[in-house]
Amino acid sequence: MKRRMEISELIFKIVAYIFLIVFALMCVYPFLYAIGSAFSSQAANEAGKVVLWPVEATGEAFLWVLTRGDFWTSYANTLFTTFIGTIWSLFYSILGAYALSKKRIMGRRGWNFFLVFTMWFTAGVVATYLNYQATGEVFAALFAGSTNMFDVDLKWLVVIAMGMNATNIILLRNAFEGVPAEIEEAARIDGATEMQVLTKVYLPMSKATIATVALFFGISRWNGYFWAMKVMGQQQKYSWPVQVYIRDFINHYTNFITTYDPQGDFAWEYGEETSRNGVVYSMVICSVIPILVVYPFIQKYFAKGVNMGGVKE
Amino acid sequence: MFKLKCDDFLTYDEATGTYSVSPDQQVRDEVERTRWKDIGFKILADWRLYLMLVPMLVVYLLWRYAPMYELVGVFKDYNTSNTASPIDGYWIGFKNFIDVFTYGSYAGEFWMAFRNTFILAFYGLLFGFPFPIILALFFNEIRSNIVRSIVQVCVYLPKFMSIVVITTLAIALFGGSTQYGVLSQLLINICGENSSIAAAAKNGLVYSTRYFRAIYIMTDLWEHAGYDSIVFFAAIIAVSPTSYEAAQIDGAGKMAQMRYVVIPSILSTVVIMLIMKIGSLLNVSYEKIFLFVNSGGTSSAYQPNYESALVVSVWANSQSNTAIAMAGEMTNNLIGMILVIGANIVSRKATNVSLY
Repeated sequence: MKRRMEISELIFKIVAYIFLIVFALMCVYPFLYAIGSAFSSQAANEAGKVVLWPVEATGEAFLWVLTRGDFWTSYANTLFTTFIGTIWSLFYSILGAYALSKKRIMGRRGWNFFLVFTMWFTAGVVATYLNYQATGEVFAALFAGSTNMFDVDLKWLVVIAMGMNATNIILLRNAFEGVPAEIEEAARIDGATEMQVLTKVYLPMSKATIATVALFFGISRWNGYFWAMKVMGQQQKYSWPVQVYIRDFINHYTNFITTYDPQGDFAWEYGEETSRNGVVYSMVICSVIPILVVYPFIQKYFAKGVNMGGVKE
Repeated sequence: MFKLKCDDFLTYDEATGTYSVSPDQQVRDEVERTRWKDIGFKILADWRLYLMLVPMLVVYLLWRYAPMYELVGVFKDYNTSNTASPIDGYWIGFKNFIDVFTYGSYAGEFWMAFRNTFILAFYGLLFGFPFPIILALFFNEIRSNIVRSIVQVCVYLPKFMSIVVITTLAIALFGGSTQYGVLSQLLINICGENSSIAAAAKNGLVYSTRYFRAIYIMTDLWEHAGYDSIVFFAAIIAVSPTSYEAAQIDGAGKMAQMRYVVIPSILSTVVIMLIMKIGSLLNVSYEKIFLFVNSGGTSSAYQPNYESALVVSVWANSQSNTAIAMAGEMTNNLIGMILVIGANIVSRKATNVSLY
């Protein structure tokens, strides 16, 4: 059915298009700016001459990052925490969510409350830090036989004790509740055990949610900064994740945050042709690439996977 | 197999032909025992299910609930007890709270931080909540799937960036301590050399007390709005086409359809998301603020923007008296919890939608 477009509708459409395109450009621009700055000279960077394209183009900074050993150590640390941490988080979240999705489990309301309460009330930064410290000391006593938590590799503390998210467990629980009971019954009549029901029926049927939740866990692991910085500090540089490394570099070598002062900060020994600011942007680009690689594959699951509409007890 | 027959604890009265409960204590005990036995056997039959629950419970107990136990330290004396952890000190009741609320140097910074937390959270809600809904309505206007996919890929992207990257780029674009950013130059060009914004931009907009909040909100919108719109967009495309047709037959134009069809059908989603937003109202992103406020490098002082940027968790993080810091943070988090529960009750009364 053809009909004439009203004036108000036309205006709304034009506004929508312009607004969305401008917003989309705004979302992408900072990253393009980072690429442009990474390949510009220090002088151009400091004078703020870079707008989009590299000014006084040079690849020195990027090469410096590529050949920098401790940056890639921290990169490997982040890959490790992301990979093992995501698997660990998914492991206990899927098992727990599966158990919670069963009507027949006793004290179901109680267990759910146990989980949801952590979303309402958190102990706070200071108390959580005391707790992580105590955990680190227990780890040290168990695995290194000492009382100093820096004797153990704190990567493991980050992997095991951090990155909890009750919202993700609730998303998984809702997805499992949406699986028709008849299919489970059919599997049970065929003699499936509890574990088989979970792996052969529930997991394949809630693939979209699991992919989304895995992405959430993975992203929060990859991007984790504060707690790794707080727990490791300057004492354990060898297990720094890449975000902590970048921020530390910014603190000590550039004037992003405070004026660069070779007396107070670490002196830059690599010559002016290697741009300090360019190095920061190059590291930012390197740290973003893995996300950009994974993101398009999981993006199609989002609309299906994020169904909070059914959050209830 | 564990159900008792009625005859076991009822006695039949031959004369009147009715049953009466046997007063025998033994029978009652038996019933009670069997009930627990019954529960025990039910758990045993499903032991795999309970075993599955265990890893999650252990993780949450050790690293979510154990920190709450550390909060007992707020009722202890940390200054004079000379213990490593505040929890081993002497009991002093509510003195730490009273100190935080009233005692000169603590109270000044705490109330400033509390006010900032509240203001940032409130602005975040005021601008950050409607914006994704508007985005979703706009997405609905784009009929071409390719254009919409491209735009969506772009606007979801910032959500997945690390807070370190975001703050670095924000400082780079809005100007850090000594360098101009591209955006601050643009603002100077628009507003003129002599405007107040130009004066602030020369010292870095991010580090000015006056413009910090605006920048915080803008980066927040930039980071979350696109991604938050997914939920609303999903609700909009779930509206049945028959509703649109019915409205068209009744003579509704496009705008009227939006007013009377789209908005009412996404209302429950909007309410749920609003409750969730209010629930996390006082949890302003401390990572981001920390990165914006801390001077870093060799200096441990705050940036000059701290008067409008310091929030409670960052304030607590920098306190040397752990018990005082925890008392301040606990106050903040308790108020946050009251807000969630309150929002939930109000919404249940008013719209019959509730989250928990």
